[in-house]
Amino acid sequence: MAATQSDNRKSANVDREAPGAAPTHHLSEELLLDYAAGVTDEAVGVLIATHLTLCPVCRARADQLDALGGVMMDRLTPSPLSEDAFDRLMARLDADAPGDDAPLRHDIDMRAPGGGRDGRGGDDDALMSGGGASDAVLPRVLQRYVPARVEDIDWTPIGLGVRRFDLSITGRSRATMLYVPAGRAVPQHTHEGNEYVLVLQGAFTDCCGHFGRGDVGIADSDLDHRPVAELGQDCICLAVTDGPLRLTGLLGRAFNRFVKF
Amino acid sequence: MKTTGTGNAEQETERAAADRSEPVEPGPEEHAAWMRAVAQERSKVAFARLFDHFAPRIKAYLVRSGSDMGAAEELVQEAMLIVWRRAESFDRAQASVATWMFTIARNKRIDAYRRMSRPELDPDDPALAPQPEPMQDDSVGADETAQAIRTAIADLPEEQAEMLRLAFYEDLAHSEIAEKTGLPLGTVKSRLRLAIGKMRGLVDDDLR
Repeated sequence: MAATQSDNRKSANVDREAPGAAPTHHLSEELLLDYAAGVTDEAVGVLIATHLTLCPVCRARADQLDALGGVMMDRLTPSPLSEDAFDRLMARLDADAPGDDAPLRHDIDMRAPGGGRDGRGGDDDALMSGGGASDAVLPRVLQRYVPARVEDIDWTPIGLGVRRFDLSITGRSRATMLYVPAGRAVPQHTHEGNEYVLVLQGAFTDCCGHFGRGDVGIADSDLDHRPVAELGQDCICLAVTDGPLRLTGLLGRAFNRFVKF
Repeated sequence: MKTTGTGNAEQETERAAADRSEPVEPGPEEHAAWMRAVAQERSKVAFARLFDHFAPRIKAYLVRSGSDMGAAEELVQEAMLIVWRRAESFDRAQASVATWMFTIARNKRIDAYRRMSRPELDPDDPALAPQPEPMQDDSVGADETAQAIRTAIADLPEEQAEMLRLAFYEDLAHSEIAEKTGLPLGTVKSRLRLAIGKMRGLVDDDLR
């Protein structure tokens, strides 16, 4: 929808043959700041990193906040290290054979396997050929928690064609993938905490507007809403809640038994 | 400013500094030059200089966010090992050295205290949405951005600066800042939003 009035502004989309418009519903300053400071739960972090993959605007905003973190750290009064700190480090460094002492997970994740930006590994090719558009639904940061191909996700039906898949994740917040057939509604509900919904495929509409791929809807406990998947394509979302979800309405109450956010 | 240093490394650093007869405190230019020397020549002298400047700041950051001294020392070691190993992946166009150091220290802290690795986007992901052209302006480097930010936060009202310190140094989410300070959550949010809005405004002015 947002794409229609943008001929003059989105020239980048034209030559890139972008599959969809850039997201128009962005991350809040609060979420981005908590993410930069490093205090978000894993579930919220996954949602943020997924949005950042799909949204160049928020990516630039997030980079600015990292730079702010750098300036903040640089302004701290230095805390002297123990006398032998540098010598100990040099000893470790001399003993440091790459591949020894397994590096942390995100040391690896930051770089493509094989260490270059030059080529994609064989795995990637396998991932990108094959089954068509749906392979591109899930950004890689999500594929750590969900099978890479949407077809391979082991969904749990929760009624009326709606399906869910819970991500196994640490922390208080919960992350769930939702599959809503085109034209169907997610049961009406409110939340005790905040709910963040990121669209990965298709689109939904609720009282706040239209949400397409990459868009993030943020709902707090005041919002009693009923998102409806738009016609045309089944809608797949990543939903993250930091408090229990409460379904309202007649149908919703029946759903409460099934949907355990 | 030299903080601590030991033995040969310090002497070499001092000697090199004297050679260049530059008494001023090293800035982003020097930091980037040291990084280049570490990446390309595996220079231990340059690495010692990076250590002198950043290690005590990383330690201060970790202590402020709740590490005890011993744990902070160990995490500093691990962070600086990453700097050594991954020096060639440092991209000056994307981040200043101080920014890069911060992200490494922050991620170390998350690993150690939250027992998780921070979910991060994969820069090689085919799903990565490209930057629209107006945002690809390479003429403004990360160092200029950092300088604009430094200027912006130097004259923030104290009440806003304090919120930033709580957010970045003390491992507190917005809601926890409200709890700790006794301020209403709305006030915490609006002060932080003002501080960041000011920063973004100045940075964008500088960049256009």
